[in-house]
Amino acid sequence: MKNIFRGELVRITAEEPEARAKVEVRWQGDSELHRLAGAEPAMMESEKKLKEWFEKQNENGFKPQRYPFSVRTLEDDKHIGFFGLWVDLIHGEAWVGIGIGEREYWGKGYGTDMMKLCLQYAFTELNVHRVSLGVHEYNPRALRSYEKAGFQLEGRTRRDILREGVRTDSLWMGILRDEWLQMQTGDQQ
Amino acid sequence: MFNIQTQLFDGQDVRLGPIDHEKDPEVESKWTHDSDFMRMYDTDPARPMSAAMVKKQYEKLEKQIEENKEMYYFTIRARSDDRLLGKAMIERIEWSNGNGLIRIGIGSPEDHRKGYGSQGMQMLLRFAFAELNLFRVSAEVPEYNEPAVALLKKFGFVEEVRRRQALERDGRRWDLLVFGLLKDDWQNQAEG
Repeated sequence: MKNIFRGELVRITAEEPEARAKVEVRWQGDSELHRLAGAEPAMMESEKKLKEWFEKQNENGFKPQRYPFSVRTLEDDKHIGFFGLWVDLIHGEAWVGIGIGEREYWGKGYGTDMMKLCLQYAFTELNVHRVSLGVHEYNPRALRSYEKAGFQLEGRTRRDILREGVRTDSLWMGILRDEWLQMQTGDQQ
Repeated sequence: MFNIQTQLFDGQDVRLGPIDHEKDPEVESKWTHDSDFMRMYDTDPARPMSAAMVKKQYEKLEKQIEENKEMYYFTIRARSDDRLLGKAMIERIEWSNGNGLIRIGIGSPEDHRKGYGSQGMQMLLRFAFAELNLFRVSAEVPEYNEPAVALLKKFGFVEEVRRRQALERDGRRWDLLVFGLLKDDWQNQAEG
């Protein structure tokens, strides 16, 4: 069987509370990173608090609701980012949260590789019917990468985000299992 | 116009009120045994609940509201006899962005099509925009809930997102629709 934990540039590991808390403190200091990814106000938490939070999440295990991963490079095993899937198993829908905290790995294909692993996990391991995500309209780099991964734009909630006094839209995207399977056979040809 | 004389919580036939922990559990328990109501109101699996379970749920709900401060919950009651008709709430409020998600349900089939939901919606929107000062509200509704879609459109909500095949019920997939209403559009509408 296929190794679903290994891509071309990265591999995914268990979420590591200690390592994750350490980098998270640094990543929280990058307000642009937070504002590109999140909708809540940027905030800073102690390494201790973060570690405890990640530990608590792990204690809960792989519950049906949440599947978090840390992402490391194949080249030098550097912890560069994360992704997580929040799953509604009743209706077969998974929501993605994904990010590369280490800026020097932006725009080099790592995100694409991560999303490939993420969708593969969602569709072939969790067996969901669709995968969803939201993205700020002021983050065109993410939007393009999601389109490349096969996500379709399904609409926008008008002016729901207020940052620096400017109102912007959230864009909502989705990919269906059939669409993803189609892309996989396309890749092989 | 600065109008604090017009009551926020009084409509023509209905009013918004708090939970009655003594009387309401019995009534809501009945609603949960009506699968039509449950499947229109929520996408979670419909589950019949006893009055005791509903009572526990109310307590949990009020605790959550106090702790998280991101939700306002009202019961919809008849003005004539204070009977519980339904519920109305604003949840998942993002204070920094000024947005929230609204939800309204009228429990018994015999109370449908009497304008109660519409009156509840009118008060809930005024509360959201004129009291909480939100900038916009959203509503999520399965495409098969046609009465809800009609109610939202009547109040000026715009269909903004169609999450394709996001739900499965009765052996087929359904879209989930997200509607949005901005404060300006609500205000223009209220003024004429």
